[in-house]
Amino acid sequence: MMVEIGVEEIEDIALGATILGTGGGGDPHVGKLVAKQAIEEFGPVELLDPDELDADDFVVPTAQMGAPTVSVEKLPSGREAVASLDRIERELGETADATMPIECGGINSTFPFAVAARRGLPVVDADGMGRAFPELQHETFNIYGVSGTPAAVSDERGNTCIIETDDNDQLEWLARGVTVRMGGVAYVSDYPMTGRQVKETAIPGTMSLARDLGRALRLAEDDAMDAIREVTRESIYGEARSLFEGKIVDVQRRTEHGFVFGHVDIDGLDGDEGSTMRIEFQNENLGAAVDGSYVATVPDLITVLDRETGGPIPTESLRYGARVRVLGIRTPEIMRTPAALDVWGPKSFGLEATYEPLADHP
Amino acid sequence: MTNYRIGIDVGGTNTDAVVMDGDDNLRAKTKTPTTKDITTGILSALDVVLDDSGVSEDELDYVMLGTTHATNAITERRGLNEVGVIRIGAPATRSIRPLLEWPDDLAEAIGNNVAILDGGHEFDGRLLNDLDEEQVRAQIREFADVDAFAVTSVFSPVRDDHETRVAELIREEVGDDVPISVSNEIGSVGLLERENATALNAALTSVASEAANAFVDAMDERGIGANLYFGQNDGTLMSVDYAIRYPIFTVASGPSNSVRGAAYLSQVENGIIVDVGGTTTDVGAVTEGFPRESSVAVEIGEVKTNFRMPDIIAIGIGGGSIVSTDGGVTVGPQSVGYKLTEEARCFGGETLTATDLEVAAGTIDIGSVTPDVGVETVEAAREYVRECVEREVDRMKTSADPVPVVIVGGGSILVPDDIGGASEVYKPDHYEVANAVGVAIAQVSGEVDRIYSLDEMDREEAIQHAKDEATENALAAGADADSVDIVDVEEVPLSYLPGNAVRIKVKAAGALDH
Repeated sequence: MMVEIGVEEIEDIALGATILGTGGGGDPHVGKLVAKQAIEEFGPVELLDPDELDADDFVVPTAQMGAPTVSVEKLPSGREAVASLDRIERELGETADATMPIECGGINSTFPFAVAARRGLPVVDADGMGRAFPELQHETFNIYGVSGTPAAVSDERGNTCIIETDDNDQLEWLARGVTVRMGGVAYVSDYPMTGRQVKETAIPGTMSLARDLGRALRLAEDDAMDAIREVTRESIYGEARSLFEGKIVDVQRRTEHGFVFGHVDIDGLDGDEGSTMRIEFQNENLGAAVDGSYVATVPDLITVLDRETGGPIPTESLRYGARVRVLGIRTPEIMRTPAALDVWGPKSFGLEATYEPLADHP
Repeated sequence: MTNYRIGIDVGGTNTDAVVMDGDDNLRAKTKTPTTKDITTGILSALDVVLDDSGVSEDELDYVMLGTTHATNAITERRGLNEVGVIRIGAPATRSIRPLLEWPDDLAEAIGNNVAILDGGHEFDGRLLNDLDEEQVRAQIREFADVDAFAVTSVFSPVRDDHETRVAELIREEVGDDVPISVSNEIGSVGLLERENATALNAALTSVASEAANAFVDAMDERGIGANLYFGQNDGTLMSVDYAIRYPIFTVASGPSNSVRGAAYLSQVENGIIVDVGGTTTDVGAVTEGFPRESSVAVEIGEVKTNFRMPDIIAIGIGGGSIVSTDGGVTVGPQSVGYKLTEEARCFGGETLTATDLEVAAGTIDIGSVTPDVGVETVEAAREYVRECVEREVDRMKTSADPVPVVIVGGGSILVPDDIGGASEVYKPDHYEVANAVGVAIAQVSGEVDRIYSLDEMDREEAIQHAKDEATENALAAGADADSVDIVDVEEVPLSYLPGNAVRIKVKAAGALDH
């Protein structure tokens, strides 16, 4: 059965992607509007299960990279990511059969749908982060041996830059530099791969998970937590757990190397009274400790929800006095192998913690 | 010189007025019902305070008015201009058209005339694209019949040349009479929100000019030759001309006036202000005597905007709140509103309101009947109100440290004096007209909100540049040069942006130049 993504599904994906964004990933608002206008203009987009891909299908992921502050001001022309995809096709002499997000949390959850609508392509229901991460090497594609290049980086003027490296860390480094020259925001196509590589390396089902989470939150009348729990129970992730409930009593932030580092302290309420949780973040939430002991760390998902509305709160909006519930979701197996933890385990973000997967239930 | 001033605040339920003398002492005050024809209510409030104070019309130097006229026009889609919305930023920005997220009826009410044309800048001031003047002229001619223009250019908070040039081209093509709103004067970084605020502003200029003219005529009718000012969202004043050009800056002047007035009456410069009205209670924060600004986009008429707005939480508790005793005792959010004197039990009506409880408890004496309410119900309702207020006060705080809390507004009696998290609770004299006092004592200000690249100048230079510009803006708004102070400096480094970009916001304010 063909699954279609229309305007309403885009709304849901954007909301669900805020949970999967674990506090970061950029505000999905702009991406959502870009996708909505493209779908209104060109029609709905087919969401393709990775199992439906042929081994030699050609999949070209698309994404935005750069500064969120710029992306809310210099909105895209809408053609940049298409231009990057076109450029990869020319470079490799192949026509894309589908596009795919590289990240399912935050702003990049919705851009591929705009590309797909304009080019008449399906979007593969999968991605390479399973959440939000800051850089281009934070990809299962990278971890399991797919080359990030040739990659194309484009701006709104139609300028396109092709990058060829033998190392995906170098791709991140060079693409970031080009992005600055392009005005702080650019649109990339990287990790071009075959259907077989998608099946072997991508995290399946993440777009439909975002959509289902968003829909559940939108329709949740009583307890947002129950709705989220129900959706995650059916997924390849672990069932969502409520890690802590309390009131924010302190937020500290500092900016280094273009990233926002910091932590938030939450004093327990009700069942958690008497305890304090500290969440450390680098754009995204990285680790949550209760009274000094970690209860969840990257790559598992840690998302702060408004205790009353159930709405996810990004790290930049955390402030004193907010009543919150902290949610933990275990990541799929493919994201927590030793090879994966080398790239995005707690130590790679400077946390003094050993990764312990979140259990389904306390 | 006598220096008498009148402050008038037109609220949804009451029009309040005060007379203040040159030393900021309150000489007379009144609360009168707001009338459908707002001018009538203003004039009757004016007559009462002039009479009570014994101050004659020609002794008045200033009359300051706080009004939510513009807000109501948006909510009711009434009297809005047809607007030509021009965005300069192509080929960027074409993926999201202007007004995409607006409610259909509001977009139609302003005519749905939108265009995206070549031009704009990058975050660091580099050119994004050249302005195509012939293209702009052609578009202006196409919009020749609109009542007002709204012009937004990409990164105009960094460089405003393209907006300025388009405004000149509009003048050349259609003359000087059509109002033009340019976005760099209205909002900050965030194109859609700034464009929305600019379009709303352009839509409001006719309504604003009608209201301002009615106000001016009313003053003429009473033979008042004083200078007229309007209260704006940041708790400062603007001239009549400025209010006609920037009506959007008046939409939240009510709560801002209350914050300013409460701070003045209590002498609390930093703390939390609780303004209890007839239907709602507004909780806000005062920082160095001014209302704290909201750091997130604020919706007006369901449209996201990002211009300066006070950080206010409104809760549904006020003097007219309906008290429910089904199960636990709750107060609000339903209210009898302006029908308090018909429906409340103390006036012989059928509905149990928050006011009735206090009449029953003997803390206030209004109406003709003393409602029969058990002491435990009164206690439970007070506890409910206390918990709601404590919670919002806590949410307005920025740390766990106890802070002063000032309670003002007609319904102040509903809020107990012991608020958790408060270092002290103040209910100052004249608390019931704090909003009118707030607009009467207001200063004039100037602001700057820009992105600076620290590759081009050092940090100190950038901040000084912003301070100078804010001061100049305050002087242009009518501030006395000797009294202008920098009241706020905010510096935000932009993440993910090498090149040392920093956003600097500065506000300067000073007393009116007498």
